[in-house]
Parts: sequence; structure tokens; C-alpha cells
Amino acid sequence: MSLLEIKNLHAMVAGREILKGIDLSINAGEVHAIMGPNGSGKSTLAQVLSGRDLYQVTAGEVVYDGKDLLEMSPEDRAREGIFMAFQYPVEIPGVSNLYFLKAALNAVRKHQGLSDLDAMDFLALVKERMALMEMDQSLLNRAVNTGFSGGEKKRNEIFQMAVLEPKLAILDETDSGLDIDALKIVANGVNALRSPARAMIVVTHYQRLLNYIVPDFVHVLAEGRIVKSGGKELALELEESGYVGIEGEAA
Amino acid sequence: MIERIREEARQRFGDVGFPTTHDEDWRFTSVAAIARTAFVPATETETGQEACSAGVEICKLSEAPRELIEAHLARYASYQSNPFVALNTANFQDGLLVRIAKGAVVEEPIRLAFESSANGKPTAAHPRILILAGADSHATIIEGYTGNGGHYFTNPVTEIVAGDHAVIDHYKLQTEGAHAFHVATLQIQLGRDTNFRSHSLSFGGTLVRNDVNAVLSQGCECTLNGLYLVGGEQHIDNHTSIDHAKPHAASHELYKGILEGHSSAVFNGKILVRKDAQKTDAKQTNKNLVLSEDAVINTKPELQILADDVRCTHGATIGQLDREAIFYLQSRGIGLADARNLLIYAFARDIVDRIKVEPLRERLEEILLEKLHGSRN
Repeated sequence: MSLLEIKNLHAMVAGREILKGIDLSINAGEVHAIMGPNGSGKSTLAQVLSGRDLYQVTAGEVVYDGKDLLEMSPEDRAREGIFMAFQYPVEIPGVSNLYFLKAALNAVRKHQGLSDLDAMDFLALVKERMALMEMDQSLLNRAVNTGFSGGEKKRNEIFQMAVLEPKLAILDETDSGLDIDALKIVANGVNALRSPARAMIVVTHYQRLLNYIVPDFVHVLAEGRIVKSGGKELALELEESGYVGIEGEAA
Repeated sequence: MIERIREEARQRFGDVGFPTTHDEDWRFTSVAAIARTAFVPATETETGQEACSAGVEICKLSEAPRELIEAHLARYASYQSNPFVALNTANFQDGLLVRIAKGAVVEEPIRLAFESSANGKPTAAHPRILILAGADSHATIIEGYTGNGGHYFTNPVTEIVAGDHAVIDHYKLQTEGAHAFHVATLQIQLGRDTNFRSHSLSFGGTLVRNDVNAVLSQGCECTLNGLYLVGGEQHIDNHTSIDHAKPHAASHELYKGILEGHSSAVFNGKILVRKDAQKTDAKQTNKNLVLSEDAVINTKPELQILADDVRCTHGATIGQLDREAIFYLQSRGIGLADARNLLIYAFARDIVDRIKVEPLRERLEEILLEKLHGSRN
């Protein structure tokens, strides 16, 4: 059985249908890239999977790890192992990164029937994962994302993912706004987290990220539907011909 | 001496009576519920203070040196302009004089605790405090007001006179009972180059009004911080007034409020910069977090600037919890209620962080957590 099974998913926002029947099946260990032009529904798909209430699912079903995903609250999805790296990470003044991470990790552990991690073990884990993302430890005591540069915010997302160790990671345009050095650091972090037990959905507008995070499958989204699926070579094809050809094909 | 002042105050209150919402200073705060209650004097209002540190003397006003009473009592808090100050002045049973010696550095906070209890008949208490801090003294004063669930009215007036170069921290923690009326005046008279910080922390009572008035001399630095958290049918009104009478003084004011249920709050921040008070630097901020659709906040800056070489800024915000931030926390596994509480606590955080007395800061954290969890169960 696949880890994530999306069937005929329709979703709308503010009265407008964005997803018009998505079918997608993802197994543990696989990395799927979702590409497509602006407005094709890539980010909407990521948001719907993470439980964002701005979006209304009007039809279809999503089965995650044998459970009805759409019935679950956002926090329960996270506790069950879904993690979305935000396209625009949110600044939370007054809440330290360290406190936030501890609250998140312990909420996930509690759900799994585990006790809170003790302070020493938690700090050791955090420091190890920070080193992976080449992040300065001073960021731990700063408020979540507050005053972080764009690159720091994106690295912070992958750092959180490294601490929370999800089963399904969804990266929503994590490459947007990153320079090449930051992109490499983010990609290194993501690659270090690839494992047979973990699946990833990498949403991106550009092929560039996929040079560093090499996907097993590439899907092209246009006007709310997957119009083409293939291997990693499909991304290169898109790089050359652009989305126009693909959309034409679908139509 | 005290009797003459009392008589004047009694006459004044007789002339003006309780304010109504037609008075500009009381426009959003009706004290009709106080005016129509027949209170009996509280006999059991406990007035306690811990053993004194070196350099601090505390005695009853009736036992205080006559010349100090004549020079200071009721000289600052005006019973002419504020009816509740008149009511206090006419009726206080016996107040306290706190003297901090010139040059004394008092490490241990001076704690003044007032506990009211009413059983059966509604009671009224009028605590009166006069604090005289000598030149170059350093001290921290904590006033605490609490009480039981009965119907009572606490009407304290505190006058603080800080000598030149004094460094004074004043905390007022108000956790009155659910049916209490609390109308308080803190009057602050600052000498040259003093550094004064007030922290007004208000949580209890059904009808609460705090007046904090500071008169600054040359080179003063005056900070007024405030935090209020109200819910249910609670009403809280914070009126502050800063009188920049002399040049080169700075004032910083930050009041933050959290409103739930059908509660209402008023913030009115008056800053007067007199003609001579050049190089004044005044900053005022009032931020409100409104958690329900039925809560009401009225916030108003009132700046009167008569000098021309000054910097005065003010700002007020009224906001709700950031939905994006709530979702972000949820998306990391933190439950909805915890996410909301975390954000509410974060809002109050900068006021909490400014509290330097650790046991008080811990107490405040406890109160916030209790209130936040209580309100959602």
C-alpha cells in the first residue's frame, strides 16, 4: 500500500476551483517533484495536504498511511508525520525558536506515546541538526523567523524538518528566493533526510532545484490537473521546451 | 494637620460627587455601580508589609513626623481634580509612610500587600501610601491588591516622591476578586535626573480604573509599563499622564492589553510637554490583542506639546491573533488551544521580560497561564 494516495481531488479557494481532479500515488522512500506554471495549483495541493482551512475540498479523497487525511486537523497530520516546509515561513515574535521546536517535538512524541525528550538530549539533537543546515546557534534563541533573512527562513524550515523527522515531507517552493549557495545548503539538508522510510513531495517552479534534489518522479500540473508524469528526465525536457508545450499537449 | 486635609477633601467630594460619563476623563468608564452601592467601611482590610531592609522605614501616617506629613501628604495627588482621590483623602483609615534613606541601596523589594474581604455587606477601603525616596537612593516597591469573591471597593492612593538621582522601580499587581471595584491613583513626583519605572499589572476586579500620573524634572527618565488581561464582563481603564515640566527628560510608555469575552478596556495616555521642556523625548505605545468579537477597546493618545525642540511619538494598535501564525504552529504538531495560548503569551512577553523581580515575574507567568487555560475550559 502506498504512503499517500490522492484520488480525484478537487479543491477551491474563495469560490474558485483550483484543483480539478488530482490523482497521485506516493510510496515511502520516493521523491516526487511537482512542477508547473504559476497558478497551476502546485501550492494549493501542498496547502490542502497540510490542512490549511483557507482551502475547501469539494471532491475526492486522500488516504495517508491508511487513514482519511482530510478528516484530520492540521496538528494531527503533523503528529502523524506530515511536514510542510512553507513557501513563506511565518514570523512569530515573542516565541523563541528553541521553545517552539521543543513544543512541536514533544507534541509529536506525545502522540506517538513517547515521553518528553529531556533537555540535554533535546539540545544535543538540535545542535546536530543545526550543523547539518549550517545554521548559527544564535538563531535558537531568536524569535521564530523574526528578522531572519529569506535564506535563513528556508534553512530554518528544513532544520525543523530534520528535528521532527516526518514520514512525508512537502517542500512548497523551498527554492524560491534562494541564491545558489543557500540552495545547495537546503538541498544538502534535504538529501541527508532522504530515507527508505520517508517520502517527499518537492513543489517547484524551476528545474534548478532538481539538479540538487534528484527526484524519482516528476509530475507536471496545469490548470489543476496532472497533465504529464515521468522520470527525472521530464524536468530537463521542461527546462528546454517550457510549460507551453506541455499545456498544449494536455489540451 | 491630617484632619484639615480630610475636611477639605470631604467638602470637595461633597461638591463634585462621583464622576459621570459626561466628564471627559470618565467618558468610557461608568462608576454608577460604585455610586449606587451603600458601602460600609472595611474593618478587616489587612495591611501587611515584610520586615524592613536597612535604609527603609515604614510607619503609620498617624505616627509619622508631622513635618513630613505637612510637606508631602496630599500635596501631589490632587483631591481637587480627581473625585476618587478626594474620597480616599477624606476616608483613609490609617495609611503608611515609607521612607527610603538618602543614598540607600535597598536590594530586597519593599512589599506592601492589601487584602480585602467582604462578607454580607459591601465594604470600602481607602488605602493610602506615601513613599519618600531620598536622593541617590535605589529601591523597588511592590504593591499587591487582592481579595475574596465578595462585593467590595478598594480605592488606593499612592504618592511617591523621588529625590534627585534616585532609581526607583514600582510594581503594582492587581488581582482583586471577581466582584471587586478597584479605583487607584499613583502619583509620582520625580526629582532631577531620577530614573523611575512603573509596572502596572491588572488582572482582577469587575470595574477597574488606574490613574498613573508622573511629573518629571530635568534629566528624568520615566518608564510606564502596563499589562492588562480581562475577560467576562470585566472593565479596565488605564489613564496615564506624564508632565514634562523641565528639559532633557525622557519618557517611555508601553501598555499592552488582552481582551476576551465581553470585556472592555480604555487606555488614555496624556503627555504634556511644557514650554520650558526642550529636548523632551517621549514615546507612547498601546497595543491590544482582542480575542473575541464582543470585546471593546477605546484607546486615545492625548498630546499637548508647547515646546518646539522635542521628539514625541505615539502609536496604538488593536489586533487579533495571527491566523497564519496559528496555522504555522499547528502544522508543526502544536494543538490549536496551545498555539493560541503560546501566541497570547508571546504578545505579553515583552512586558513580562521587563520585570526584574524574579518571584514577581514567575507569579505573573503563573497568572497568565491560569487565565489563559481557565478561559478556554
